Amino acid sequence: MHRLLDNRTALGLAFMLPAAALLLVFLTYPLGLGLWLGFTDARIGRAGHWVGMENFESLFDDSLARLSLFNTLFYTVVASVVKFGLGLWLALLLNRHLPFKAMIRAVVLLPFIVPTALSAIAFWWIYDAQFSVVSWLLVKMGLIDRYIDFLGEPWMARFSTIAANIWRGVPFVAICLLAGLQTIAPSLYEAAALDGATEWQKFRHVTLPLLTPIIAVVMTFSVLFTFTDFQLIYVLTRGGPLNATHLMATLSFQRAIPGGNLGEGAALATAMVPFLLAAILFSYFGLQRRAWQQGGGDK
Amino acid sequence: MSNIKRRDFLKISAGLAAGAAGGVPLLAEAQGQTWKPEKGAKLRVLRWKRFVQGDEDVWMKNTAEFAKRTGVEVRVDSESWEDVRPKAAVAANVGSGPDIILSTFDDANLYPEKLLDVTDLADYLGKKYGGWYDVCRQYLQPGGKRWIGLPLGCAGNAFVYRISQMKEAGFDSFPRDTAGFLKLCQALKAKNHPIGFALGNATGDGNTWTHWLVWSFGGKLVDEKNNVVVDSPQTLQALEYAKELYQTFVPGTLAWLDPNNNKAFLDDQISVTENGISIYYAAKNSQDPKIKAMAADIGHANLPIGPVGRPTELHLFFNQMIFKYTKYPNAAKEYLRFMMEKEQYEPWQQASIGYVTHPLKAYESNPIWTVDPKHTPYRDCMKIMLPNGYSGKLGYASAQCMADFIVVNMVAEAASGSKTPKEAAERAQKRAERYYKGLTRDFLSPLAGRGIG
Repeated sequence: MHRLLDNRTALGLAFMLPAAALLLVFLTYPLGLGLWLGFTDARIGRAGHWVGMENFESLFDDSLARLSLFNTLFYTVVASVVKFGLGLWLALLLNRHLPFKAMIRAVVLLPFIVPTALSAIAFWWIYDAQFSVVSWLLVKMGLIDRYIDFLGEPWMARFSTIAANIWRGVPFVAICLLAGLQTIAPSLYEAAALDGATEWQKFRHVTLPLLTPIIAVVMTFSVLFTFTDFQLIYVLTRGGPLNATHLMATLSFQRAIPGGNLGEGAALATAMVPFLLAAILFSYFGLQRRAWQQGGGDK
Repeated sequence: MSNIKRRDFLKISAGLAAGAAGGVPLLAEAQGQTWKPEKGAKLRVLRWKRFVQGDEDVWMKNTAEFAKRTGVEVRVDSESWEDVRPKAAVAANVGSGPDIILSTFDDANLYPEKLLDVTDLADYLGKKYGGWYDVCRQYLQPGGKRWIGLPLGCAGNAFVYRISQMKEAGFDSFPRDTAGFLKLCQALKAKNHPIGFALGNATGDGNTWTHWLVWSFGGKLVDEKNNVVVDSPQTLQALEYAKELYQTFVPGTLAWLDPNNNKAFLDDQISVTENGISIYYAAKNSQDPKIKAMAADIGHANLPIGPVGRPTELHLFFNQMIFKYTKYPNAAKEYLRFMMEKEQYEPWQQASIGYVTHPLKAYESNPIWTVDPKHTPYRDCMKIMLPNGYSGKLGYASAQCMADFIVVNMVAEAASGSKTPKEAAERAQKRAERYYKGLTRDFLSPLAGRGIG
């Protein structure tokens, strides 16, 4: 026993055991179970049998599943790009010396703090075909003569849900990037100024390169959150109109729980994994492994 | 093979249970059968959350009365009706949870083997109260064999309309057929009174009226043998009709979820919609004098009859399931028996001003249906409704097709013009085939044998 406790390796393993157990029970097992269910015909109330790729083949033939894939990619790409742009812009603004700086920074976080289900309900009213405050205001101002059909027309609904997602996601990107900006040493900007760099050059050659590791992490998270969004769509449209806003996550739920087909729902969820992995790998290889970050020279 | 064994076992165990229970009735009711609750029995009930307050008040009062008489402690939890379905499924899946679940539509047909046989209870109540409506058997007595749950009724829908606006459009009474209904809607639209029906992924309101529409023209998702037959001339006719009807809709209905039509109606934005009695109830009890005054102007009518010549309505059917894992099957049966008896059921129906239509024929005479003539159309909802999944067998495929909004989407696509009726019907056909074809191998429970219709 003594010898075992003196052994650094054994001791190390023993200390890691609780954490490993937690990961196994609460992460690996559910994930593994989810993956396994995707290859079975499990239904609610009935254990499944292994059916191989059958669920995936059937989903590939399903026009609704294909539409949800398109919707999800569109939703993620547009929302993430805009969130990055707005978030970076906001971070740069907040990084300046503003009056009431601390308070403004706290306020900016609000959309992120409000539970999504609640802010989604607020948006549901804002987008209501009959009671929208936006439409009401514009009509009163005489700018439009009929209410805007925010959620009733496929493309309009796609952009409306994306706007709500952006509203919610920008603070996260902004605050994280702000944290990154604050780690950049002011001396670098001074040196650049001495070399006669313009504001744009300072941004392009000092800020951006030093920010890329943070950007990679933040945008990876942002893409993951957006790709797997559920609550917003579920409250706003349930995937309508004409399934134009059905994301893979909402369709997966619809098939698995109200529809009772756990296997197919799990398969849809599993089908999201390659896309998520691709996003992670892209940010890892594309943004993080610059030579200079590894201690090499700049090429 | 194993099924036969299991079924035999069920028969034996049900017989034993009935015998044991019948021997020592605890409640000395003047007539009828009782089930003696097990010693120290406690029950957990999960039900859908009330749509009208009176429902919950009297349900809880009846439950308290049951507890007082039998000494059985009953805990009632409620969840939004759409959340009950997954919870019930999980309870069935893991084999623990509430003893009794009040759920909706074809839930019981998804896991019939997990449910306690309540044939004795159903027979007793049916005999005592004039029999069950046909749709009860279609939902809960699959194959005409054992009862896998006890019907509670349905949240009936009817067309809710503004009497003054109908008269303004030149109609003295609400049309009884689909052709007349279209004319009314066009006349209403011309008077700037659009109508509105949910065409978004609205589980309740979207499904009920679109199924009625397709069925009323003779279209249906599947035939008696579960062959998908939705791409038919009858369906196309229905979709052409939907297209014309849509021209009279208020903007935005493609996004409507369940609450939208209530809000729009009470705000005077639409003249006709399909709903439960809850709009009338809300208007009648409103604190706002303007909305309260509207109650007098609200009329109700059963859904018009289409070319098939008979009612083709779909309503939110409610079942009561006792799960086999319960430790107190007799207490659970006794509870359901008590709640379904006239002394409890009728006051409960009255308190919810008829939001729930009864499954037992004798309750037609409940004064709630005649005290206000506006209640009367809701009286017959169970009598004239068809099960979702009509005219095939109920099970996974029927549940999935409805959960996937196949009929709602088809009608919405055709009505809005985003697809032609033919394209919409073909797409629905393909989507439904995925479920009915893909699942035939295992979804057809041996208990769901007989065709419906």
